[in-house]
Amino acid sequence: MSVDLATVKRVARLARIAVTEEDANRMVGELNGIINFVEQLSEVDVTGVEPMTSVTPMEMRKRTDAVTDGDKADDIVANAPSTDHNFFLVPKVVE
Amino acid sequence: MTELTSLTIAEAREKLEAREFTSVELTEAYLSAIDAANSVFNAYVAVTPEKALGMAKASDERRAAGTVGALEGIPLGIKDLFATRDVHTQACSHILDGFLPKYESTVTQNLWDDGAVMLGKLNMDEFAMGSSNETSHYGAVVNPWRANGSNQQLVPGGSSGGSAAAVSAFLCAGATATDTGGSIRQPAAFTGTVGIKPTYGRCSRWGTVAFASSLDQAGPIARDVRDAAIMLRSMASVDAKDTTSVDLPVPDYEASLGQSLKGMKIGIPKEYRVEGMPEEIEKLWAQGIAWLKDAGAEIVDITLPHTKYALPAYYIVAPAEASSNLARYDGVRYGLRVDGKDIVDMYEKTRAAGFGTEVKRRIMIGTYVLSAGYYDAYYLQAQKVRTLIKRDFEIVFDAGVDAILTPATPSSAFGIADEDLASDPVKMYLNDIFTVTVNMAGLPGIAVPAGLDAKGLPLGLQLIGKPFEEETLFRTAHVIEQAAGRFTPAKWW
Repeated sequence: MSVDLATVKRVARLARIAVTEEDANRMVGELNGIINFVEQLSEVDVTGVEPMTSVTPMEMRKRTDAVTDGDKADDIVANAPSTDHNFFLVPKVVE
Repeated sequence: MTELTSLTIAEAREKLEAREFTSVELTEAYLSAIDAANSVFNAYVAVTPEKALGMAKASDERRAAGTVGALEGIPLGIKDLFATRDVHTQACSHILDGFLPKYESTVTQNLWDDGAVMLGKLNMDEFAMGSSNETSHYGAVVNPWRANGSNQQLVPGGSSGGSAAAVSAFLCAGATATDTGGSIRQPAAFTGTVGIKPTYGRCSRWGTVAFASSLDQAGPIARDVRDAAIMLRSMASVDAKDTTSVDLPVPDYEASLGQSLKGMKIGIPKEYRVEGMPEEIEKLWAQGIAWLKDAGAEIVDITLPHTKYALPAYYIVAPAEASSNLARYDGVRYGLRVDGKDIVDMYEKTRAAGFGTEVKRRIMIGTYVLSAGYYDAYYLQAQKVRTLIKRDFEIVFDAGVDAILTPATPSSAFGIADEDLASDPVKMYLNDIFTVTVNMAGLPGIAVPAGLDAKGLPLGLQLIGKPFEEETLFRTAHVIEQAAGRFTPAKWW
């Protein structure tokens, strides 16, 4: 498999990263280099091998379903670029 | 006062207890060392003198009142990846401009609870993605080591390059670091310091900016094995806020130092003898084997057949997880925002301006391998290979091997802005060839300095252990350290 310019632009769109024509052209070569490098994995026989989901076999610890945190709206919006009355402000989404 | 900064944590601990000096005096010594030399190394991206002196004063008061924590009064540097309340926390990325968290990471909280003092935040590769510290938004870090007769600036390794340089240049007594593919061990090896990546789950990841959640682990970089043992004991804990943290008692790692290696089996994996490896590293490895044999360990040849697939599998799994973790940086809740004509345009422009080249590259790779039609061929295949990599280790450990000895890196520190490495990202990735398997299998690994190459630059050996058997690593690394001695750079700054 190899990556072409259209694929780079599509992936950039999926990743929500604006790319210039120049960036995209450079990325074609770089991404192909990396994809070619990882391609060697296809030669490994993985018949009957389970994909890893956790490096240490552990059961998920659970806790009581109770409120343990909260009442800190000011803290949560403190770092936001734009807020109003503890809401995050974003450009208009729905016309 | 400068001599205070040359003390190890263990030495400073003893002298603080003997009232030879106060934590305020020790902290002042470090702050003046930073003041004098940080412009040379660029190791700190934020120095917090007021906070440091306040914490040191409080520590002296606690000591006077008879309350003494395990790191009481010890000044530490903190990698910029750890959230520190109201203090610079940006993972050295432009996209987190101005971010001042309203919370403290569990690892740093553990250190403060044990009495440690924060000197400031340390430089690193952006979002911990890099092996040279050159991807930082704040610029490269300079390695305190130089080749004999040369004044060429060398990298300290990465991603914890600021941590390694600061420890090596005596700008902190010890530093926190993190390791996703080698980011503690490779910079430790490049700077003649000791770095341990503990077993996955040993330290809480809560409050540590996420890169690849199934691989990320915090650990210390320190001047020697004992200091690393002291620091890890404080950093490690089970944490209700990280369900992957493990509920096992944290041992007194320091107590394992000096214990005999008699009866211990050390495995030597043939797959780590890679093509083009410098002869000096071969020699260093053989020397390490001889030291452990002299100390009473039995040396056995082992095979880890899937080793060569660890790096390619890593470059699928880590970018995939990163692309997901870094989706949160969108200009809405924190950090940089670049306005656009609509919300998607704002996201795209913010992320284009906020992320550096290497971070974008990895997000792109991650997005690609997770995208429709490629998931099975790449991500699923990589996760299966990961199972096989872990199985290789399990087979060896089941056969009675206690620890595995390998080189830490395929070379000593290289130059800043190396053209050969800059032209091909995969070449830079190969720096992690000996360290990355350990993350893929979730195992503990320690890098310990073992000698100098012909250029006079430090080289390290790596020991890999069974899950949660960090004590074995400290005990064995201590034997190497005793035989090899300690390595400090000749002061030119």
